[in-house]
Amino acid sequence: MAEPASHAQPGGDGQTRRDFLLQATTAVGVVGTCLSLWPFIDSMNPAADTLALSTTDVDLSSVKVGQSITVVWQGKPVFVRHRTPDEIAAAAKDDGETMRDPQKDADRVKKAEWLVLIGVCTHLGCIPGGQKPGDSRGDFGGWMCPCHGSHYDTSGRIRKGPAPANLAVPPYTFTSASTIRIG
Amino acid sequence: MSGFHTNSKVIGWVEQRLPIFSFLHHSAVEYPTPKNLNYWWNFGSLAGFQLVVMILSGIFLAANYTAHTSLAFDSVERIMRDVNYGWFMRYLHANGASMFFLLVYTHMLRGLYYGSYKAPRELLWWLGVVIYLCMMGTAFMGYVLPWGQMSFWGATVITNLFSAFPVVGKFIVTWLWGGFAVDNPTLNRFYAFHYLLPFVIYALMVVHLWALHTVKSNNPLGIDVKTPQDTIPFHPYFTIKDLFGIGVFLMIYMAFVFWAPNFFGEPDNYIKANPMVTPPHIVPEWYFLPFYAILRAFTMDLWIIPAKLQGVVAMFSAIIVLLFLPWLDTSKVRSAAFRPIYKQLFWVFVADCVVLGYCGGKPPEGNLVMIGQLATAYYFLHFLVILPIVGKIEKTRPLPASISSAVLKPMEKA
Ligand code: HEM
Ligand code: FES
Repeated sequence: MAEPASHAQPGGDGQTRRDFLLQATTAVGVVGTCLSLWPFIDSMNPAADTLALSTTDVDLSSVKVGQSITVVWQGKPVFVRHRTPDEIAAAAKDDGETMRDPQKDADRVKKAEWLVLIGVCTHLGCIPGGQKPGDSRGDFGGWMCPCHGSHYDTSGRIRKGPAPANLAVPPYTFTSASTIRIG
Repeated sequence: MSGFHTNSKVIGWVEQRLPIFSFLHHSAVEYPTPKNLNYWWNFGSLAGFQLVVMILSGIFLAANYTAHTSLAFDSVERIMRDVNYGWFMRYLHANGASMFFLLVYTHMLRGLYYGSYKAPRELLWWLGVVIYLCMMGTAFMGYVLPWGQMSFWGATVITNLFSAFPVVGKFIVTWLWGGFAVDNPTLNRFYAFHYLLPFVIYALMVVHLWALHTVKSNNPLGIDVKTPQDTIPFHPYFTIKDLFGIGVFLMIYMAFVFWAPNFFGEPDNYIKANPMVTPPHIVPEWYFLPFYAILRAFTMDLWIIPAKLQGVVAMFSAIIVLLFLPWLDTSKVRSAAFRPIYKQLFWVFVADCVVLGYCGGKPPEGNLVMIGQLATAYYFLHFLVILPIVGKIEKTRPLPASISSAVLKPMEKA
């Protein structure tokens, strides 16, 4: 239906007020519809109770030198290794080696004898072996992932295999000389 | 819609208000079908049948299944041991998924061989690819539901793929999980989507058939229908042929259900999921193995692109490339029957997929790494290089004048 010419805006090359209203309403409608999707999308993000599980306290007093324990934090395994002086020395010695994800050992620990890592392979999320005495610790004496063969050193750094990054260090603090709080 | 007549007052009454009888008559009775269709054309109706079986068995499983990490595994065991015919529902469903993929892969290969993706069937082909993607999503999430070790670790590895994307990757993975690992929120949402997607597939199948009935079926000669002599009505000729196909299919399917119900399964999935222990060898279901091999074929970082991202992009591209196939294949001739070079390349491609599947199922060690990489390279070469070139240089055999002349010729000789 053609609008009578007299309704056209002066100088608006035939644009009518009705066209403008239609376009503006459409624009608001489209933006509004898109915005209303956000609650649906965000409802899939971690819920408050999931987030509330985000700290774990660990007592280190019973972990002897050379031992490792695995604790659960946010549904994920966290490796805590009481490193031997040899392991600490090996990690520090390799600081200068070429690595995929270069990091100094000193930057990955709060106290050199305690290495705390998220025990999830940075490749596709398997749990690397090396926590239990019988496990293969790979070519660098740390951990080795069974899924696609990623080798981690005694600082949890990726040294060989497909994983793109070092085993992550979770946020943690020493709450006393022999306890830590992860998260 | 001219062919529909009725003397029934009731049918006439309904028909005036909703022309459903003439619609069914038009699309399932008088639908003109090329008279030369071979048995490869049974697989579409078989896949449709199997979708119904999956939905039916799925709904009855759902009636006894509990989507909670602490109960899911036991609820499936209860289905297996205590629920009347529960074992039957579960084995129908679990083996049914394998059968469904077998049928759809055959259906797709039929399309590749006879050039069914070429004009005017591009949209029909696209809808098929979208259905296939939805099937993959559905099957992946379904496999998580019994909450065994493979369920859990398969879900972990596959969802972690998304972490390969720079910057947003981490957030996508957390969002998919609804937490910081595959856990109860993940299981719950997978169940919700596993229930939903088959109905989306159903709707897509209707649109797929709508497109089919608009452009009509291709045929083994790949030439257009020219005269009514080239076709026969769908009913009774193809209704009976499709039913026969369903009979044969059911014999094979039920042989697995009754005599080898765990043939396609992984023993590890009868161990309850343990987020603290990774099984030594994680393998996806067989129908994902070729893509798993492509994913793992990339082992070296290139410039700033990590190997993991390359693998993920390649894996998705392996399916996306199918969407471009109608234009990548430059040959004007549809059917491989008249394309002497393509006919052989088709079988090389099938073999390549089998090799990829084999590599995907084995630990990536020794020669298999290289074989997997070569097979991956060939997969993409086939689509991106070989098809465009062969279509241009191949000397095709002369096409018959019409379907009926080609069908009648052998009879004249006899
Ligand atoms: C496209 C169709 C479908 C496919 C390909 C499919 C695939 C699968 C697969 C592979 C499994 C794991 C089987 C196992 O190892 O136990 C599964 C489980 C399950 N599916 Fe489906 N499914 C489909 C449709 C449905 C529908 C429509 C429903 C519900 C209405 C459903 C409900 C379930 C339930 C409750 C389970 C868990 C019980 C079990 O593991 O046996 N499925 N599905
Ligand atoms: S998940 Fe560890 S190497 Fe792939």
